[in-house]
Amino acid sequence: MIVAQRKTIPELQNIIKGHKNILVLGCGTCVTVCLAGGEREVSIISSALRIASKKLGEPIKVNELTIERQCDNVFIETAADEIKKYDAVLSLGCGAGVQAIAERYPDKPVYAGLDTAFLGILESRGVWTEKCAQCGACVLADFGGICPVTRCAKHMLNGPCGGSRVERCEISPNQPCAWQLIYKRLKDIGEVDKLKKIYPAKNWSKSLDGGSRTIIREDHRI
Amino acid sequence: MTEHTFEPKILAFCCHFCAYASADLAGSMRLQYPPGVRIIRTPCTGRLEVEYYLQAIENGADGVLIAGCLEGGCHFIDGNLFARKRVTATRALLEECGIDKERLRMVNISAAMAKNLVEVIFEMVDTVKQLGPNPLKISRTILKEEILK
Ligand code: SF4
Ligand code: SF4
Repeated sequence: MIVAQRKTIPELQNIIKGHKNILVLGCGTCVTVCLAGGEREVSIISSALRIASKKLGEPIKVNELTIERQCDNVFIETAADEIKKYDAVLSLGCGAGVQAIAERYPDKPVYAGLDTAFLGILESRGVWTEKCAQCGACVLADFGGICPVTRCAKHMLNGPCGGSRVERCEISPNQPCAWQLIYKRLKDIGEVDKLKKIYPAKNWSKSLDGGSRTIIREDHRI
Repeated sequence: MTEHTFEPKILAFCCHFCAYASADLAGSMRLQYPPGVRIIRTPCTGRLEVEYYLQAIENGADGVLIAGCLEGGCHFIDGNLFARKRVTATRALLEECGIDKERLRMVNISAAMAKNLVEVIFEMVDTVKQLGPNPLKISRTILKEEILK
């Protein structure tokens, strides 16, 4: 899932400055699961913004709405009537959700209330970790299902770097060395021989370096 | 509103299994506590959401007190521990909003600790008296005055 984090209240106040009537728009999918932009967080952030603006002596109207998915036109349409009533929208969707809303309402300022951080998993309650950097050409099959692009601090495809200490990455003792994990995992599944081959340079044109990406499936188009 | 006429309005969320019972006991023992304290019984402090605290402040409470069981004594095992974490996070959020975090406080009280409950209520009232009325109410008054001008 996409993992995000809320911006601070002073940051949000700065973003919505000048508007008197705001809709805080939540998303019921990824950001709900990572507790950043679902119905509850919409309610908390809205309340905090009302408190902060009243405290400044410049109270603003802040209302709340959460739709099923902000990155999907079918669901965006369900918010159309509501969105029209406000000066601006503070979206608590991920970066894609914010942009989807902004594209649908060209006359309406739409702001991002979250910092979208990464594609990751819920490691344990309250802990999310990054697992994939969406490189566009997945190499997991060669590395025992552990992503060196994301989880090795140097993104090395021919690791380890030589800096790891007691199975930890040299950038932080809290971070496991991805290459230690890869080696152990490949050994466990009997594929350690894979590491004998020098991995060729990765084709980054399929990643963000090639500009924003589009996937077209002709068999699904109408 | 001057300092000595200010009687803080404190919303006290009291767990049914401990603090609420101790408030009852305080009544039986004829222990007095300030009249501005409004007690709301809750099944467990773990039931309380961040929104409740924020909305209390938003709607003009001068202070919010959360009273749960002693640590280790929660009827639902760890509801009070979760409550403590939520209160800590909400205090930080209030600071971000420019509201003094001491307006929101959590205490742990057993059903037999009527005297302690009364003490923490007095402490809370003292703190809030020093902080003054909820600033959201003040700004509302200022606004009204400005409109009347
Ligand atoms: S190799 Fe690329 S696509 Fe595969 S998990 Fe890593 S970053 Fe994601
Ligand atoms: S210590 Fe391991 S994870 Fe860290 S940079 Fe080196 S190889 Fe990558």
